[in-house]
Amino acid sequence: MLHVAGVSGLTIIDQLPMLTIVVPMLAAPLCVLFGNRHIAWLLAFLASVFSFLFATHMLLQVMDGDVLSYHMGGWEPPLGIEYRIDAANAFMLFLISGISTIVLPYARRSVAHEIKKVSHTLFYCCYLLCFTGLLGVVATGDAFNIFVFLEISSLSTYVLIAMGAERDRRALTSAYDYLILGTIGATFFVIGIGFLYMATGTLNLADLSVRMANMEGNRTIQAAFAFIIVGMGLKAAIYPLHLWLPGAYTYAPSVVTTFLAATATKAAIYVLMRFMFSVYQPDFVFELHTLTWIIMPLAILAIFAASLIAIFQTDLKRLLAYSSVAQIGYMMLGIGLASKSSLSATIVHLFNHGITKAVLFMVVGAYVMRAGSSFANNLNGLGKQLPWTSAAFVIGGLSLIGVPGTAGFISKWMLIQSVLEADLWWLAIMLVISSLLAVIYIWKTVEVLYLKEPDVSTLAMKEVPLSMLLPIWILAIACIYFGLNTEWTLSMADVAAEGLLNGGGK
Amino acid sequence: MNMEFILGHMNYWLFIILMMIGFYIVVARGNYIKKIVGLNVFQASVFMFYISIGKVEGGTAPIFPIDMNIDPQVIYSNPLPHVLILTAIVVGVATTSLGLALIVRIREEYGTIEEDDILEIDSAAQVSENRKEGASMGGRA
Amino acid sequence: MRHHLILRVITKLLVGPILLFALYVQFHGEYSPGGGFQAGVIFAVAFILFGIVFGLETVKKVFPPWLVHKFAALGVLIFAGTGVVSVMLGSNYLNYNALNPDNPQLGQVGGIIAIELGVGITVAAVMVAIYYAFASRTPMINDEDW
Repeated sequence: MLHVAGVSGLTIIDQLPMLTIVVPMLAAPLCVLFGNRHIAWLLAFLASVFSFLFATHMLLQVMDGDVLSYHMGGWEPPLGIEYRIDAANAFMLFLISGISTIVLPYARRSVAHEIKKVSHTLFYCCYLLCFTGLLGVVATGDAFNIFVFLEISSLSTYVLIAMGAERDRRALTSAYDYLILGTIGATFFVIGIGFLYMATGTLNLADLSVRMANMEGNRTIQAAFAFIIVGMGLKAAIYPLHLWLPGAYTYAPSVVTTFLAATATKAAIYVLMRFMFSVYQPDFVFELHTLTWIIMPLAILAIFAASLIAIFQTDLKRLLAYSSVAQIGYMMLGIGLASKSSLSATIVHLFNHGITKAVLFMVVGAYVMRAGSSFANNLNGLGKQLPWTSAAFVIGGLSLIGVPGTAGFISKWMLIQSVLEADLWWLAIMLVISSLLAVIYIWKTVEVLYLKEPDVSTLAMKEVPLSMLLPIWILAIACIYFGLNTEWTLSMADVAAEGLLNGGGK
Repeated sequence: MNMEFILGHMNYWLFIILMMIGFYIVVARGNYIKKIVGLNVFQASVFMFYISIGKVEGGTAPIFPIDMNIDPQVIYSNPLPHVLILTAIVVGVATTSLGLALIVRIREEYGTIEEDDILEIDSAAQVSENRKEGASMGGRA
Repeated sequence: MRHHLILRVITKLLVGPILLFALYVQFHGEYSPGGGFQAGVIFAVAFILFGIVFGLETVKKVFPPWLVHKFAALGVLIFAGTGVVSVMLGSNYLNYNALNPDNPQLGQVGGIIAIELGVGITVAAVMVAIYYAFASRTPMINDEDW
């Protein structure tokens, strides 16, 4: 059922699709106006709590397959900009705002440790803009609006990454590389949208899919598909386009890495799914060929190559960054199979991997705070010095491997099921083998943490403050909870996958 | 592929040529500022492409008369691509200035803005880090 | 630049008209070519010209960097705030009709003027901020080098 917010006499419930995005957008300039780092943090936290509440409410509204439609400025779609919330984007909004709400209390101490005081206000301002951009990318139902929000989030991301330069100057070159690649990606995406507009005369995603339903042979549409996939693929760090990711994740401040790893690439993958399955009909021959012969092989390559590289890393942050590339491979594999079950596997993995990686990167941030760096040598025997933090790392690691009882198991299990559904038993075996690679790099880290003798300097280290420990543990418990109680995530992902395949509830 | 086809699609040819020039500069040049210049050319080609698809043959500037006396005989060009590109230009300016700001900082930290030199410095740093810091993980990467 | 009398006099003469022209472009934007983006850049040009001729320190006294940042934020707030006002009046975000329900066309005009004002302030402030950021990183050119 389609709920359209009217033109006048709107209640606050009708305004939710807009409020979710506008509240953090308003908070960002307020941060600068107040110019106080404590108020800036408070504003960021409050904005993200409000967004989270709004997103949760919308999620409950659309859980049964309903669609919320909000007309910006009162202009009717397809002419005006429409915010269109169905199960798929409500789920993504929930994930992004939820992660942000949990990361921000953690951010306070971590940012104070890694960034100098003068920059704190601007840090939270950029963080809010990045948050706004990601929410906007997910919520909007207008193709060009996606680009605008994408650039809002990207530009602020470059700044956030470059703020890591106080610890390591390589943050600057990483941010620069990301800027070049990210801009090329966004520009490719705009070219693709331009082709679509040329062929159909509309930018509204729902309207696009209606008008493109019988334009399969149109070469403009096909070229647009290629441009959009490559452009968004760069943002999502699909395997051969992932080169910006390890550097950016390694040298960015820990909070930024946590937030980006858990949300930014996920938003890009959501846009990919939206275009592949809602805007383009999934039964277009050229799309099926792309999925089978390009996306799938690259996904398998990503899983193995990136996991292998991860094994040989000495910096924990870089190790986890490469593991992120591998995990994106799993998601792309689900997209490549292009069935309803594989899509819901991808959506579940988006969520589960989001919380898992957030735990792991937050723990690494805690290590950076205590040990001064995330290099393996500095972490010897930290398991005894920081017992709670390290225990959370083990839980996150188990979830990353996909051990039964953790969130990571559920998504891998669903993926393997959908692979078997497609009669690709060899692929199922490869997926199991790939999990063993994850065992190697997680075990290497656990060995360093628990089995190595602590150094003299390590012995003096204390557990991180509660404001950091609590967020870590909330997510660590979530990793276990969503591994045991799967009803909610699975039904949610099912509805979301159905919504994607039905073109967003036309 | 006759002459008419080629001339009739002139804006697309120019768009493609300009786009490829820009893209080539980004990929092939080692100087960070030149890369940004290439990125600008690349983006400008897209602006040109959008604006050219907004042109309607015989269309005039899409501004209604002030008394709103709209003559249905008059054909207007499509204003939407222009509006979109206005946004994209602003984004382009922001990207350029952020890129240049990063270059200023890189130059302050590294003393050079040549990609080859910086890669050399960075990889040397990484090798020594791996030796020094990574012993407990095998020390190679 | 102390010795360049002609440059200094011309600059002093030009700054005022440039600011005035910026305001003209700003408030003429809704019915003729113009608007916040263009006006903001023109407005900033006056400060940049002043800074080039009289030195960065002088222009920073006129328009200190912290104030530039506040103005950049203020402009965004005006933009977003206009939308919030229309929401408060029980309509969609940025629905200008709600600003004047009796005469929606006047509401549209008022809304777009407020929006463009926000855009203009932010663009002007950001342009000046970019100029400050880059200019303060390089050594000033000596008089002898001209």
